[in-house]
Amino acid sequence: MARFTPDNLELAHEIISRYPRKKSAVIPLLHLGQEQDGYVTNEAMEHIAELTEVTAAEVIGTCTFYEMFKTHPVGKYVINVCTNISCQLNGGEELLEHLEETLDIRSGGTTADGMFTIEDYECLAACTEAPCMQVNYRYFHRISNDEVDGVLSDIRSGKLADTIPEHGVLQRVRQTIPAGKLAGIAPPETVVDAPVWMARNEPILAARAAAKAAEEAAAANKATEATEANEKGDA
Amino acid sequence: MTDTQPETEASVTIVVDGQEVAARPGELLIDACERAGTYIPRFCYHERMKPVGMCRMCLVEVDTGRGMGLQPSCMIPVAEGMTVDTQSEITKKAQDGILEFLLINHPLDCPVCDKGGECPLQDQTMAYGPGESRFVEEKRHYEKPIPISDTVFLDRERCILCDRCTRFAKEVAGDPLIHFQGRGNQTEVNTFPDEPFSSYFSGNTVQICPVGALTAKPYRFKARPWDLEETESTSVADAVGSRITVQSSRNQVLRYMGVDSDPVNWGWLSDKERFSFEAFNSDERITEPMARSGGDLEPVSWGAAIAAVGDALKNTDPSRLGIIGGARLTNESQFAFTKLAKGVLGTDNVDAQLGDGLPAELVLGLPRATIDQACAPGGTIILMGPDPKETLGALFLRLKHAAVEDGATIIEVTPHRTGLGQYAAHHLHPLPGETAALAAALVAETPALDTAGVSADAITAARAAIAGDGPVTVILGRASVAESAAVIADAALSLTSIPGVRFLSALSRSNVHGALDMGMSPGLLPGRSTLASGTANWPNTPSTAGMSTAQMLQAAADGSLDTILLLGADPISDFPDTDLAERALANATVIAVDLFETASTDHADAILPAAAPQEADGSFTNLEGRVTKISRKVTPPGTARPDWIIAAELAMAAGGDLGIESLDDVWAQIAAVSPAHAGIDTASLDANQRDGVVVEGTLDLPAASGVSPAVADAYAYRLVVSRRMYDAGTILANSPSSAHLASGTALHLHPVDFDALGLDRGAEVTVSSATGSVSLPVEPSGDVPRGVAAVPANQGDIVVGTLIAVGDVATNVRVERGDS
Ligand code: SF4
Ligand code: FES
Ligand code: FES
Repeated sequence: MARFTPDNLELAHEIISRYPRKKSAVIPLLHLGQEQDGYVTNEAMEHIAELTEVTAAEVIGTCTFYEMFKTHPVGKYVINVCTNISCQLNGGEELLEHLEETLDIRSGGTTADGMFTIEDYECLAACTEAPCMQVNYRYFHRISNDEVDGVLSDIRSGKLADTIPEHGVLQRVRQTIPAGKLAGIAPPETVVDAPVWMARNEPILAARAAAKAAEEAAAANKATEATEANEKGDA
Repeated sequence: MTDTQPETEASVTIVVDGQEVAARPGELLIDACERAGTYIPRFCYHERMKPVGMCRMCLVEVDTGRGMGLQPSCMIPVAEGMTVDTQSEITKKAQDGILEFLLINHPLDCPVCDKGGECPLQDQTMAYGPGESRFVEEKRHYEKPIPISDTVFLDRERCILCDRCTRFAKEVAGDPLIHFQGRGNQTEVNTFPDEPFSSYFSGNTVQICPVGALTAKPYRFKARPWDLEETESTSVADAVGSRITVQSSRNQVLRYMGVDSDPVNWGWLSDKERFSFEAFNSDERITEPMARSGGDLEPVSWGAAIAAVGDALKNTDPSRLGIIGGARLTNESQFAFTKLAKGVLGTDNVDAQLGDGLPAELVLGLPRATIDQACAPGGTIILMGPDPKETLGALFLRLKHAAVEDGATIIEVTPHRTGLGQYAAHHLHPLPGETAALAAALVAETPALDTAGVSADAITAARAAIAGDGPVTVILGRASVAESAAVIADAALSLTSIPGVRFLSALSRSNVHGALDMGMSPGLLPGRSTLASGTANWPNTPSTAGMSTAQMLQAAADGSLDTILLLGADPISDFPDTDLAERALANATVIAVDLFETASTDHADAILPAAAPQEADGSFTNLEGRVTKISRKVTPPGTARPDWIIAAELAMAAGGDLGIESLDDVWAQIAAVSPAHAGIDTASLDANQRDGVVVEGTLDLPAASGVSPAVADAYAYRLVVSRRMYDAGTILANSPSSAHLASGTALHLHPVDFDALGLDRGAEVTVSSATGSVSLPVEPSGDVPRGVAAVPANQGDIVVGTLIAVGDVATNVRVERGDS
């Protein structure tokens, strides 16, 4: 529970170097902190503040704005049950109750073995699939109480280890950006030429523009031909 | 922000409630309406900060060409033909609705809330709000007020999330130590756990909070607003001269509030200015005259005290008599004491500065800048003086604004990085004692060479900034008392060759600029004139210049000066060379006119108690030369009386007559001797209450002294002793909420120098100079350059003044492990 480990610190420096302003790295670094400790510790936030040259108050302000950053320990698997209107009408609340009973914790709590945390969530944007829930942000649609029991035991037995990583783990989605693909790390106000990505796209855009121009020329041709034909007809 | 808006002839016509109104292009609708006499209610908008549109209270129906619709008037700039209806049913319904929303979570605890009676939420609810709430559910609850700093308390239940305090912290003060946390209904303002809002400007958030969420310890539960009486005055806590209102109840001052003076402080105050009234209320004030009988100071009557002191003054040979101090006094009292010394007693040994300032002729001779001129958009500001964040808080806020918002370029020419450093474009840190060499290099025509420890490249870059189009202003003062004033004077004289350059004095001690204008310096007379010019036409004016504070102390220590009159001065704490001050005061007859007993008054043979600024009328001259009124709000404690009355009575007792019986008498006499003060009197100061009148007129510049730069020797480090906002100064030491804020003395070294010592943070080291040696804890600091040893001045724990020999160009020191 602490500041970044040496490995993560190296990664943090790499992440910071991707941005023209250090401050822009605060959110990716919060993810890194959460990955390291399962939640974002105060020590991690202080470390992030030092690395990005902002105050710790600014880091905690950013961190607590996002539900997905946890500032307290949570279980390895965080289960978000939607109780917003569509899910509520389709049994979301019963689902939550069932989970509470099965795991013997209240919403917001964590099981004694540190495996599960249940949270009562607002709309998960899957209203057509109500009732729905997430486990570490992986969706389970139109899920029944029995199916929930199945999911819990599959997680316990490790059967779902491939689909659902532990809470906070980001390795599988971590980006590495090859130097040639960096979008340019100069502060925007110093950039006078078109940004790098634009230059990269220029040949493509030029080809597109040429194709469009050709198309338009063809259409115009056709139109003139047609008018000419009409005029001939009128005559 | 308004002052930076160019006053253009062009205006935009808008229609406010059916009335055509001329607005300034780019102006926000809320401001345009207010200038036209229509006040739109608001919570989050503040005219000195950027709008954010947080609270929606300023919604009005606006037609911008697409038909009437509700828009927040703090977020839209005016445009030609814009039509606004601030009174329509829809506008009223919106305002009513916003208030109902705001009151959902706001506790209805007005009867026990400090803000009750002056609360914008309370007032606007009465004016625009619903009579009743339809919200019957539970409001949100938080622990009742939590301290977010030593002085400021936050009641999160009352907070309406207007973002004023947090914007102030980030945008204005540059100390984003409070921030919104959480989201939605859970949003709260808070600090990071265990990292308090320790900003020098925290008190401003209390003043601008539109509800009772933020309160300051010195005022909490002391009074209800309707019991307060107030008068507008000037802060004397430093030399900025910020405008304040002094509020009192039952003959006790309870708080100072910032007043928006456009040329000066824009409504902001440093906490030192804001809470300094506590000291004047303190029980430690001296309330009656005292004289030493036997070993102890015993109370005596005013009659006896004045007679005895008058005798002592009269019977001392004028050349063996000296007056030290006077920066605490009002202009009028300074004039009276100058006349007492130079007109009645016949001594020119008068110096308001304590060896930590600059030559008076230099300050008065340089072309002066106003704060507005220094902060002009696109200008260049050379900071060659103390850290303004530490010594001149309200000026720091203006300079920061100029750099961040108005494109001013700041060049730091300081011994180490200052609070303005993060806003500065160039950082030149000359070795102490070599500042003049660097200044010469900055204005030289020849290709730059490495100078005074600063690289040629850095000098070349700074030269380019100085040669830019904008006006150049030098903020001039003593960054360190361990570097001689002569070095800075020579540096300033070099910089005068910059075309059009102006200087803003950064001498920081209270009314020191008034003292210089009133002739409280050897060789000077009131009105920025010299003894030689003979303007005063007083009977006993000496013909040759007298001694400076350093010379007087030296003379007293040597036995060639017998009597020292201290005017609110504490040389033992404030004179750079502590030893010399001790020896001098121990040797001489000392008479003190002061508010408090100090280390120096311990040597006094008589003490005359003076009235504090809030207890006497008068005027103040700020670092621009701007004269504003100081107004009396309460009566002085005991029999303390205004300084100018003391001066007049001492003159009588010494067999003379100042001819002063009122402040009007003083101004009549000033008018007679000082063309610089022409047109200033009590009436004109009343008429220009807020912005005051700027004194014009300069002296001939002194010649450069040509001090040779300090040379490195075996001592290796150069000492820097600089002032901090909080120290053991008399006013702070007697303010309960600020007294404990002095950081304590530690030695700061560049991290590499620190590592070379091989010690832990906070370990004891011994610092020795040619004159003394002290042990103190050591810390690494990225702000300090290699080879520099930086220490804060006068923290009240360790006396570093023994290291300094006054007059030395710089102080070389050795730093060794362990205590001596
Ligand atoms: S504490 Fe006061 S100033 Fe700060 S956001 Fe809340 S209401 Fe606004
Ligand atoms: S209501 Fe449950 S996903 Fe939208
Ligand atoms: S004053 Fe305009 S939104 Fe708050």
